[in-house]
Amino acid sequence: MTASTAQTTMSDGTKGLVVRGLTTTFDTTRGLAIAAADVDFDVAPGEVVGLVGESGSGKSVTLRSIMRLIREPGKVSGRVEWGGRDLVAMPAEELRKVRGGEIAMIFQEPMTALNPVLPIGVQIEENLKAHTGLTGSQRRARALELMNIVGIPAAERRLDEYPHQFSGGMRQRAMIAIALACSPKLLLADEPTTALDVTIQDQILKLLLDLRDRLAMSVVLVTHDLGVVAATCDRMAVMYAGRIVETGTVAEVFARPHHPYTRGLLGSVPRSGHSRTMLQSIDGTPPSLTALPQGCAFHPRCSFATEICRTDRPPLDLIGAGRRVACHHHEEVAAAEPIL
Amino acid sequence: MNTHRPILSVDGVSKRFSGPYSLLRRLKGEPPLAVHALSNVTLDVERGETLGIVGESGCGKSTLARCMVRLHEADDGAVRFDGTDISNLHGSARRAFNRRVQMIFQDPYGSLNPRMTVQQIIGEALSVHKMRPKADIPARIAELLDLVRLPADAAARYPHEFSGGQRQRIGIARALAVEPEVIVADELVSALDVSVQAQVVNLLLQLQEKLHLTVVFVAHDLRLVRHISHRVVVMYLGQIMEISPADALFSAPRHPYSKALLEAAPELDPGQKNRNVALRGELPSPLNVPPGCPFAGRCPHVFDRCTVERPLLSPRGPGQLAACHLTDFGAAEAAATLPAQPGH
Ligand SMILES: Nc1ncnc2c1ncn2[C@@H]1O[C@H](COP(=O)(O)OP(=O)(O)OP(=O)(O)O)[C@@H](O)[C@H]1O
Ligand SMILES: Nc1ncnc2c1ncn2[C@@H]1O[C@H](COP(=O)(O)OP(=O)(O)OP(=O)(O)O)[C@@H](O)[C@H]1O
Ligand code: SF4
Ligand SMILES: [Mg+2]
Ligand SMILES: [Mg+2]
Repeated sequence: MTASTAQTTMSDGTKGLVVRGLTTTFDTTRGLAIAAADVDFDVAPGEVVGLVGESGSGKSVTLRSIMRLIREPGKVSGRVEWGGRDLVAMPAEELRKVRGGEIAMIFQEPMTALNPVLPIGVQIEENLKAHTGLTGSQRRARALELMNIVGIPAAERRLDEYPHQFSGGMRQRAMIAIALACSPKLLLADEPTTALDVTIQDQILKLLLDLRDRLAMSVVLVTHDLGVVAATCDRMAVMYAGRIVETGTVAEVFARPHHPYTRGLLGSVPRSGHSRTMLQSIDGTPPSLTALPQGCAFHPRCSFATEICRTDRPPLDLIGAGRRVACHHHEEVAAAEPIL
Repeated sequence: MNTHRPILSVDGVSKRFSGPYSLLRRLKGEPPLAVHALSNVTLDVERGETLGIVGESGCGKSTLARCMVRLHEADDGAVRFDGTDISNLHGSARRAFNRRVQMIFQDPYGSLNPRMTVQQIIGEALSVHKMRPKADIPARIAELLDLVRLPADAAARYPHEFSGGQRQRIGIARALAVEPEVIVADELVSALDVSVQAQVVNLLLQLQEKLHLTVVFVAHDLRLVRHISHRVVVMYLGQIMEISPADALFSAPRHPYSKALLEAAPELDPGQKNRNVALRGELPSPLNVPPGCPFAGRCPHVFDRCTVERPLLSPRGPGQLAACHLTDFGAAEAAATLPAQPGH
């Protein structure tokens, strides 16, 4: 684990986000659920990393664990290094300063993250108050500027409106405005566009990319839409049943998936020029976290599985610079016929 | 069977819902605002085809689907099934229509009675429409479960014991039980994970072939709609913007909104990153449908006529209709993709 940490150290010495062995468990009535298991990944400064996987694979739990937003009885262990400091071990007081300032998060459901009884403008200003030394009028001016940056029309009037007066797309933008208030260096975005119409999704993803360029911000983008990954991310990590099963640049992973699950996901998405043909679906459904199969958690759905897959869990092996995969037969998978 | 008559035709259908009635309007004695969910929608569904219906949230897709199966009565216009206005159907004719045209809903869980086993759910559909003598029902249920690739032991289980994709298949089995001619599927796979989506889409393609079904497929996922549809209807704010064969729509859309919608949908090719925003602005409120073209407020090609005169759906290329004053829009691209000019 320690050997690979060096890889994210940039030439100028600035590290991005380094996640090692992040594990989050919940004690449920049906037994211990390991929602995130031994998660390792890195995000370099200015890089957009996509975290993909099916519903329940642990994407949100991973993001929330990084931000230490998992409540009891959930338990988090492992290391999350940011600027050389370990967020998991950081005292609560210090963490509060980092959160909302250097590191910001956009949540899956904007309504639960926005305060329904405060005007949007006040919510942006509160964040500025907590993390900057701006005066009242400077804060107001900055709030207005942020509303304009995220493309909320009639921003001046909108500052005094409440979340329920905003459409879904506007709320999502308002949440981005709050998240960006203090020019974060790391943005954790959980399905920021899933609930939105495609033209609004397109606007927001492009806005995020512009801001990444402008602020040299690192972004972790959680999504289940491979189109969104292709259009916005530099690198990607694929999760299955709480574990990362494959990482690499988006170009590499799309061109040559090494994990059968990644391959299946890519094959499940309809492509142009193949209308009304059978899609290459994955049989079966994801396992329950409290009853994970022995060995590789994917083996019951995997067409490459052999005996070893049913008994031994494949480690997440390094197979190239920044390229990792957890599959006993990854070479065979990579050599298989390309998908469509 | 008359093959030249569309199996379903929607003719000038409008549907309004009463919107919020504010205190201010009440005090002023004004009537409540109306949501114009569908305005003068006309289209045909041909026998054996899959007709996709796409558009952004609130554009009227579900309302149209519901009008087609008479879950909503149209305020104006008519829906005809095999030439007969469905609002005139009564008694046994209405029951026959209800059997021949089946709707499958978005939310598989909400539409299956949680207290009934799969066997009871499908058995009910079979006996309501007297599809089989009582003695043959168990065998028919087994056959249907096999058809949608559910294990035989599924019959005795309850909906909550299944995954989302499996529940969607129970809904399909129930719809197929009555041997319909038309299936209207509203966001059939939208709530499912992609890998499970693909299973259900494959099943639908296979069943259509085997049973010669006509399918109306409502969805907001353009990739999916392109994949399974022969023709696609693009809607915006309760109106049809374009109707085109799927390939033509995706290679050369003839309406600026169709074009923007396609550009906004992220490409699956990481080599094709594009940083330009496809379309600015937001959907206008359906309470305030503008008088001219509903898309005028966001259209990059808008000109003065658009804001005063509503463009009518009119023919473009072969089988293509669009509602835009710029009748040449996309014509050059369409010509370039014609097989007659392989130079491009
Ligand atoms: N507070 C909790 N208590 C118990 N289990 C939990 C809790 N929070 C999450 N889980 C479980 O952890 C697993 C991972 O959940 P998570 O929300 O991370 O999924 P996800 O990948 O974000 O899925 P989606 O795409 O649906 O948002 C799920 O099985 C979920 O039920
Ligand atoms: N029963 C109803 N009462 C009042 N308004 C309604 C009703 N049903 C639909 N509407 C309104 O009619 C318009 C069209 O709704 P519809 O559900 O047909 O849209 P849709 O295209 O299916 O959207 P989505 O993609 O979100 O499912 C919307 O503005 C909606 O709010
Ligand atoms: S380890 Fe085996 S079961 Fe798991 S993905 Fe690889 S081949 Fe399939
Ligand atoms: Mg989530
Ligand atoms: Mg709908």
